[in-house]
Amino acid sequence: MAKVVAITSGKGGVGKTTTAAAFAAGLALRGHKTVVIDFDVGLRNLDLVMGCERRVVFDFINVINGDANLNQALIKDKRNDNLYIFPTSQTRDKDALKREGVERVLEELKQQFDFIICDSPAGIEHGAVTALYFADAAIIVTNPEVSSVRDSDRIIGILASRSRRAERNEPPVETNLLLTRYDPARVAKGEMLTVEDVQEILSVPLLGVIPESESVLRASNTGTPVAFDEDSPAGRAYLDAVARLLGEQREMRFVQPERRGFFRVLFGRA
Amino acid sequence: MAGNLVQGALFTVMVVRAGMLRDAAFEEELQQQVGRSPRFFLNAPVVLDLKDSEGFTTEEAFLDAGEALRRHTLALVGVQNALPEQISAAAAAGLAVFAPNSTQPSRRAAQAAAAPVAAAPAAMTQSARPPARLVTEPVRSGTQIYARGTDLIVTAAVSAGAELVADGHIHVYGALRGRALAGAGGDVEARIFCSRLEAELVSIAGRYLVSEQLPPEQRGSAVHIALVDDQLTVTKN
Ligand SMILES: Nc1ncnc2c1ncn2[C@@H]1O[C@H](COP(=O)(O)OP(=O)(O)OP(=O)(O)O)[C@@H](O)[C@H]1O
Ligand SMILES: [Mg+2]
Repeated sequence: MAKVVAITSGKGGVGKTTTAAAFAAGLALRGHKTVVIDFDVGLRNLDLVMGCERRVVFDFINVINGDANLNQALIKDKRNDNLYIFPTSQTRDKDALKREGVERVLEELKQQFDFIICDSPAGIEHGAVTALYFADAAIIVTNPEVSSVRDSDRIIGILASRSRRAERNEPPVETNLLLTRYDPARVAKGEMLTVEDVQEILSVPLLGVIPESESVLRASNTGTPVAFDEDSPAGRAYLDAVARLLGEQREMRFVQPERRGFFRVLFGRA
Repeated sequence: MAGNLVQGALFTVMVVRAGMLRDAAFEEELQQQVGRSPRFFLNAPVVLDLKDSEGFTTEEAFLDAGEALRRHTLALVGVQNALPEQISAAAAAGLAVFAPNSTQPSRRAAQAAAAPVAAAPAAMTQSARPPARLVTEPVRSGTQIYARGTDLIVTAAVSAGAELVADGHIHVYGALRGRALAGAGGDVEARIFCSRLEAELVSIAGRYLVSEQLPPEQRGSAVHIALVDDQLTVTKN
């Protein structure tokens, strides 16, 4: 049974698109046929992060409007046969995502794919709510700071009350927390919230902690999902998180203890 | 589709004793209560309790009563404890007639009515207090939960940016980080209990304390909050 996974946050710039690309790549590497859809109409940048911006001909809105069929719009990844990108329009306004149209396209995608990863726009208006509405699972991308946690909390509330599953009284959307841009050194200095703080406030299961890492910027500049970069700590943390989404147990890496350890004092940053 | 017309539902209705409408002090008191929490009184349904009330045998008497309540944003919907001649006058004024002693003709309400009711506030008596509202999921930022006419029990955390409102007591078995307003209908006996006080605001019957007014040594503790001599008092459990 195909699974629709929404990548969302409320607050902007926390790493949703990076996460959507990494999860799609990670799931594809694990042999699951996966498509990643850009719901961020008007600000499309998933195709950049996936490195396929020059191959976009038709987009999500064209398919919704019936101007193109699905297979004309889907872009097959050159690195992995299981991975497809479904770009969005750069020119339309965000209200172009009509709920019925989105539903029809998702139903069609479910026939072909194991995982449908939706990269949601920031905020809690139309595009974001549409992506959440059809979700079976959601990954709440959160940075270890107060405003990001607050917005994630709001989004979790919206998921619980305004998803299609909630409306139909079906089992709730499976909601997971992904803490990104986690910088253990700054956490130790008390400049950022700890993993425990965030978990305590949001009380949803923790799917993973992605460290702040320069390799992320490098990856997006070269159009490579960071999960394809095995040398990157962020890439490895994303692969762990993908494994957890698939139900495997993995130890949390890249999370230093909150307290200032002896070695950390000696060497500054771990 | 006529089958859809008949559906049961349970409502909380305020009961106003008819005699009080003639009391000059009542208007003022009502005004104060409504002023304290206007949102909760806006178009709230009211049943007029005619027990021991003389008069109210003409349509006009009920229309006047409705008009008086309307001035305070309340909507008169019916009467209870009416005598036969009062019933016909009320019906003529378009009001519903509720069975004596019960504004909620349902099994749950009947059970609640049988339970002892705490001292009723002076101006308005709640009809049989409905069962407490129980919330078992975390209350997220941006959401509001209102327990109209009753207590609110939350067995999870209440986030910053969330709001709890109850006409009765509020119990939070978890961290209270948002706002909690108990006794929203003016009940000064209402209390707030929580297992971890980190609230942005707490209020009872319109008196409130914001986060920075809360005693710092109580932050993070299990406390109960009550009105003592018109002062909000926070006590560690
Ligand atoms: N783990 C990380 N380490 C370092 N930089 C990161 C990390 N995750 C994301 N970034 C950077 O943060 C910026 C925002 O990331 P991204 O575009 O994925 O966020 P977004 O939530 O999709 O933003 P928007 O709300 O605008 O859609 C990018 O420059 C990205 O490279
Ligand atoms: Mg984005």
